[in-house]
Amino acid sequence: MLNEEQQMLRDMAAEWVRDRLPVTALRSLYGHDGGGRPDAEGFDPAAWTEMAQMGWTGILVPEAQGGSDFGCRSMGLVLEELGRTLGASPLLSSALVAASALRLGGTEAQQARWLPGIADGSAIGTLAAEEGSQHEREKIALAAMAVGDGWVLNGIKRPVQDGMAATFAIVAARTHGLPGDRDGITLFLVESDTPGLSREALDQIDARRPALFSFDNVTVSADAVLGEVGKGIDLLDSLFDRAAIGLAAEMLGNASQAFDTTLDYLKTRVQFGAVIGSFQALQHRAAEMFGELQLARSAVEAALDAMDANDPALPALASLAKATVGETLHGISSQMVQLHGGIGMTHEHDAGLYLKRARVAAQCYGSTAWHRERWARLNGY
Amino acid sequence: MLHRKAAWLLRETGTGCMAEWDGMEAQSFRQEARAWLRANFPPSLTNAPSIHFVSDRHAAESNADWRLWRERMAEKRWGVPTWEPRYGGAGLSEAQAKIIGQELAAIGGFNPIRSYGTMMLGPTLLEYGSEEQKLEHLPFIATNERRWCQGFSEPGAGSDLASLQTKCIDMGDHWLVNGQKIWTSGADQADWCFALVRTDTSRKQGGISFLLIDMKSEGIETRPIVLISGSTHFCEVFFNDVKVPKGNLVGEVNQGWAIAKRLLQFERNSLSDVKAEITPLAPLAHEYCGTDSMGRIDNPDLRVRMVRNAMRHEAYLATVARLTREAKSGGPSNGVSALKNLWSGIIQERAELLVELMGANGLGWSGEHYTDAEREATRAWLHSKAFSIYGGSYEVQNNITAKRTLDLPA
Ligand SMILES: Cc1cc2nc3c(=O)[nH]c(=O)nc-3n(C[C@H](O)[C@H](O)[C@H](O)COP(=O)(O)OP(=O)(O)OC[C@H]3O[C@@H](n4cnc5c(N)ncnc54)[C@H](O)[C@@H]3O)c2cc1C
Repeated sequence: MLNEEQQMLRDMAAEWVRDRLPVTALRSLYGHDGGGRPDAEGFDPAAWTEMAQMGWTGILVPEAQGGSDFGCRSMGLVLEELGRTLGASPLLSSALVAASALRLGGTEAQQARWLPGIADGSAIGTLAAEEGSQHEREKIALAAMAVGDGWVLNGIKRPVQDGMAATFAIVAARTHGLPGDRDGITLFLVESDTPGLSREALDQIDARRPALFSFDNVTVSADAVLGEVGKGIDLLDSLFDRAAIGLAAEMLGNASQAFDTTLDYLKTRVQFGAVIGSFQALQHRAAEMFGELQLARSAVEAALDAMDANDPALPALASLAKATVGETLHGISSQMVQLHGGIGMTHEHDAGLYLKRARVAAQCYGSTAWHRERWARLNGY
Repeated sequence: MLHRKAAWLLRETGTGCMAEWDGMEAQSFRQEARAWLRANFPPSLTNAPSIHFVSDRHAAESNADWRLWRERMAEKRWGVPTWEPRYGGAGLSEAQAKIIGQELAAIGGFNPIRSYGTMMLGPTLLEYGSEEQKLEHLPFIATNERRWCQGFSEPGAGSDLASLQTKCIDMGDHWLVNGQKIWTSGADQADWCFALVRTDTSRKQGGISFLLIDMKSEGIETRPIVLISGSTHFCEVFFNDVKVPKGNLVGEVNQGWAIAKRLLQFERNSLSDVKAEITPLAPLAHEYCGTDSMGRIDNPDLRVRMVRNAMRHEAYLATVARLTREAKSGGPSNGVSALKNLWSGIIQERAELLVELMGANGLGWSGEHYTDAEREATRAWLHSKAFSIYGGSYEVQNNITAKRTLDLPA
């Protein structure tokens, strides 16, 4: 159940998103050939400013640091509404993932340094942990060497979500051991304009443009370490889980809207002298998708609540949410194309945009397959 | 009961008659085919994505080796080996054609003559065309010099194709065509179009005719539509007072629906036609996902789904082989609907497994941060979504199977 404040937040978010970031806003990030426009930033900076003014960037920041501390459930509501129109922004990366990193692992000084900027939108943070094509949390190779009082970082990170927009990143590096070891991973707070750090945009099918970060002797001071040296994996796990839950909320919005749009089409497209929604095969398809959406919503809400409660079952609930909504969105976005027929295959229509975003989201922060396997291990399968 | 269920496939399907033609004669033909193909197929085209050459004329014709290969096959007449020589074929038997196909597949080759002409219009004209029409068109299909497009679908007539509205009026010495087609693959590059037009507005199926239209005729405009895969060979076609010679109508006036249904069977048959040699996904999955301590692909869930897909693929190949052996003759029939759904489902799923195993690298649209193979896989996955839409959607094929093959009431 949502409290009154949450209901207001959701309604406000729904209205703003419809108005300010409809699907056409995402479309403007695409070129005519169906790929991301190289000159676009992967999001709308003006809309970002407005989101900050509405306080969304501070939902997880304590009041003392300029936020509202509304909690994860509230953040989930906003992400879900953004997901409905495929609204692209660094909200998840910065206001959920980076904010959580600082709250869970940051010293008072680090929190004071970064959280106010996250809250007012002037700082954009992100997690730079992935390195290869697969999601392998322990296989971090990017090396951090202790030099003098500080550290020197060398290696690459890709894909870094919202990496082109980020003003700082939480970088997972290896301070000892080998890729694959849980021990020896350290998290660093690194500003994007640190000398030696270069960034290149990746042209992805969803027009969001994550980044490839290259670290060439990037020097940071000792106070850049977030949490304990060599013991970063637990915090990293927790950040990935939180990222996966936030993304799951967004995916729930993707799936809900893809379903609604498809349902509308079933009620309007006429073939054989009847609306196609009168054909029983398609009625059953719609009824099944409706059922799947119920499972997805429950799993996502449970995971959001678990974040607020700091529930020890968070890892399993994160995997449940990401895998369940991943499967649901995969099914619904594919059916969105299928049930629209020829027009669903055109770049002009929204179906393809949902399909592309669904594929990217399914892969991000652990694929459906990854989270199934993870859940299996946690539950003794 | 089981017996009866299986009977539909045996009775109705199959690409042709496999007589007991074997032994010595087959052996020597195989030798001959193997030698000729190996000597003439340009090695640079080995395992080339031949579908691009079907859907993109420019890609084909700008490739010198493709042009050479087309010329050689056209001269050899092996693009349509079973057609009679006067229509540009080699007059070979189905069994010989099959051997050519097998030998071609064995060297990673493809048929450069394969086109909408050979897959759809050619076989239809052989059954329904006048001798004049066959002589006018088949030899050019046999050399793949004349590209065709399929003007069937309209904005209001997709699955319900028979509701099409493109008007065709008898002007005495010619036909006058007005209307719009949509989703016409390759219309921007086609020389000719085989179209369904309405010659009688008082009856639905009974008012449709099958017309051959020269795309150079005055009054035709094509507008490309961009697909989600980025391809632009998908068009809207507008007919504005287009004059078509009287002799271009196939069959009788208002009898076009039966011809169209036959053509759709040929289309579905070609869409359920397998390329036997499909690269297995396992080695790539090992490369991208790594292996566990027992040497298994290190992604149990993906591995299970890959195995399921590979097994269905193998069973599908066995099914096609069995049906070909057991089929009587007469070409494809309603049974092909079930096959089209099976095959499109298998290759759609495979396309998706391929991008999935590539992980974050399977999400790229362009740029040097993704390999050619990765970008191609992503776009092929996007394009694969069309397999269950064109040639009659998944749902429409299931309706046909339920009604025509399983005799379920309408
Ligand atoms: C890549 C591509 C290439 C194509 N190339 C050509 C071409 O060259 N020439 C050409 O003429 N056409 C072509 N088509 C068009 C294609 O044949 C049509 O898209 C197809 O017939 C579906 O029609 P539609 O798009 O109008 O969808 P609709 O008929 O509007 O169908 C919408 C949805 O309703 C479902 N549906 C419709 N009727 C029923 C029913 N009775 N029971 C259950 N479900 C039903 C459909 O399966 C579909 O999921 C192409 C399409 C694509 C995607």
